[in-house]
Amino acid sequence: MVSSIIFILLSIFGFGFFTWNALKIRQNILLGRDLDRTDNKSERWKIMTLVALGQKKMFARPIPAMLHFALYAAFVITQIELIEIIVDGISSSHRIFRPALGGFYTFMVSFIEILSVLATVATIAFLSRRNLLKLPRLNMKELIGWPKKDANMILIMELILVSFIFMMNGADEVLYSKGLSHAANLGEGTLGLSVSSWLGPLFFGGMSEHSLHIVERVGWWGHLSMVFAFLNYLPYSKHLHILLAFPNTWYSNLNKKGRLTNLESVTNEVKLMMDPNADPYAAPAENTEPVTFGAKDVRDLTWKNLLDAYSCTECGRCTSSCPANITGKLLSPRKIIMDTRDRLTEVGDNYRKHGKEYSDGKSLLIDYITEEEIWACTSCNACVEACPVNIDPLSIIIDLRRNLVMEDSKMPTELAGMFTKIENNGAPWQFAQADRLKWADEQ
Amino acid sequence: MSNLLKVPTMAEMMSSGEVPDVLFWVGCAGSFDDRAKKITKAIVKILQNCHVKFAVLGAEESCTGDPAKRAGNEFLFQMQAMMNIQVLDGYEIKKIVTGCPHCFNTLKNEYPELGGNYVVLHHTELIQELINSGKLKLEGGAQFKGKKITFHDPCYLGRANDVYEAPRSLIEKLDAELVEMKRCKTNGLCCGAGGAQMFKEAEKGNKEINIERTEEALETTAEIIATGCPFCNTMMTDGVKLAGKEADVKVLDIAELIASASDL
Repeated sequence: MVSSIIFILLSIFGFGFFTWNALKIRQNILLGRDLDRTDNKSERWKIMTLVALGQKKMFARPIPAMLHFALYAAFVITQIELIEIIVDGISSSHRIFRPALGGFYTFMVSFIEILSVLATVATIAFLSRRNLLKLPRLNMKELIGWPKKDANMILIMELILVSFIFMMNGADEVLYSKGLSHAANLGEGTLGLSVSSWLGPLFFGGMSEHSLHIVERVGWWGHLSMVFAFLNYLPYSKHLHILLAFPNTWYSNLNKKGRLTNLESVTNEVKLMMDPNADPYAAPAENTEPVTFGAKDVRDLTWKNLLDAYSCTECGRCTSSCPANITGKLLSPRKIIMDTRDRLTEVGDNYRKHGKEYSDGKSLLIDYITEEEIWACTSCNACVEACPVNIDPLSIIIDLRRNLVMEDSKMPTELAGMFTKIENNGAPWQFAQADRLKWADEQ
Repeated sequence: MSNLLKVPTMAEMMSSGEVPDVLFWVGCAGSFDDRAKKITKAIVKILQNCHVKFAVLGAEESCTGDPAKRAGNEFLFQMQAMMNIQVLDGYEIKKIVTGCPHCFNTLKNEYPELGGNYVVLHHTELIQELINSGKLKLEGGAQFKGKKITFHDPCYLGRANDVYEAPRSLIEKLDAELVEMKRCKTNGLCCGAGGAQMFKEAEKGNKEINIERTEEALETTAEIIATGCPFCNTMMTDGVKLAGKEADVKVLDIAELIASASDL
């Protein structure tokens, strides 16, 4: 009875605090500009199924993809066991699904155990490639400090979680074999779990009944507490990708990657300029808010750019395929996304504390991302292609360039020259437009 | 043999009451860059050889605005786009073939939203069509037989528009041995010219992108580096020069390979 009450209170707090943080993130994302990404729903479901659920793009690098898939599968399937834990917790029962499911129960939990072993192997592999092998992609300068700690914390929490599962199941196996389990549904003398039926006796075989009950309970409560700890850690961590990968791929850009967005506000002005009947002195229509061209800060980006930022798990596949980064330039697409997220968290907190109009005098461009970074981009789309959850760093880079060029007239001098040449003679070089067919007469 | 090419303009076609099947969009590089002009001529020879009724805009053509848009100058891009759309629509153009993946991408993907709707093909796609329909026969061909050719994917043809097979199928038609670089197709490495980088110095780093890419191409020991973009061509040609390999390795456009295989 007491344990049921503790369980229920813990659950309310666990889910409640997570919901509160999740709503803050949702509010932050919606600070972005509007964008319609609800067309072609069947295509969107397809992309989400392949890319998020099926992890299609991960398999561009097969070995990490397989390790990651083991972790992912273990995580997803373990949630089934969690349902039982919740029911057991509320009703103070023990392995309540077992009598009804019979052999299928044994199969299910055994399957979870095998996946948990694979997940442990994957976790150890991931920890060692970060900390022992020092993979360059996972040790770049934008990861110094919190991002590195965050990554290691997630992996260590993963290991603790798995340990608790095996404490719980292992001790229970020993208790079953001695006919001492909490459960009323005894009989065959073993739970028959694939891993715990030999791991349990190996570790806990010599323990007293009292100790076994303690180990089993520590495993059970430990597992549950880690689940809530994990859930509530997500909003503060790159690990949020396990949830946001799904909406982020559903809202993918369905156009060809080469197509950059059209700026409607510019179209209106250009049409006015080209219309011989337009009144150049006409007052702007009332209630039209002045628009910022491109993006200076996170609120000038679209909500999809901002969802991208929270969906990033800092794997660095973008950066390791970026031609500018490969050749030693400052640009790192991963940093662009991380900066966007960090700045958005700051802007969102300010918004809630000080209201809509408040400005802290900082901006994404300049204070987080420098001009040197964004001018190094070749717009080659390698980062967009590489991202396993369809994040688009290029569209942020282009929007920052637009702001620099159209709002502040700041650009490398050669580009200013290139613009002038296009304006004057219709080519990025100094040649007369009248000479465009000269090649046909040349030998 | 005279190399002078008879290239009809849209204005000439219109005044004689003719309608071309396709407009050849030459592009700025194709019109003015000495190396790219050779690619332009190769494309014209192929079109003429196949009796494709085509025309160019000549002095009425202007930059599509691609480098302006990628460099953040949306105003200039849209000015260029709207002027070009007026010209194209004035001639009731339906179908366009381009000699450059940047023009191709912009005309195909970015003009429709501004009111310009055309069927746009990259020259490798059109050449593939001509071969498949039997209009173009590669009779000479023998000169490339068994030669190692590697193909550098232009970003704006490959990743930007998912055209990977047309240029490769053309290389295979030459009976050549197509050797892939480590990073190819969706993983292809940029030559370093896109996003308006062609027109500025690179930011500080420890290597030029075109050198990184050329080294990878040279690793394949191919005798020919084939491309489908005048900017990639410049970058790779410079890379080969810097590596001192000019005598052994040629950088050629797919159109040039096909034209010379057809003895044009």
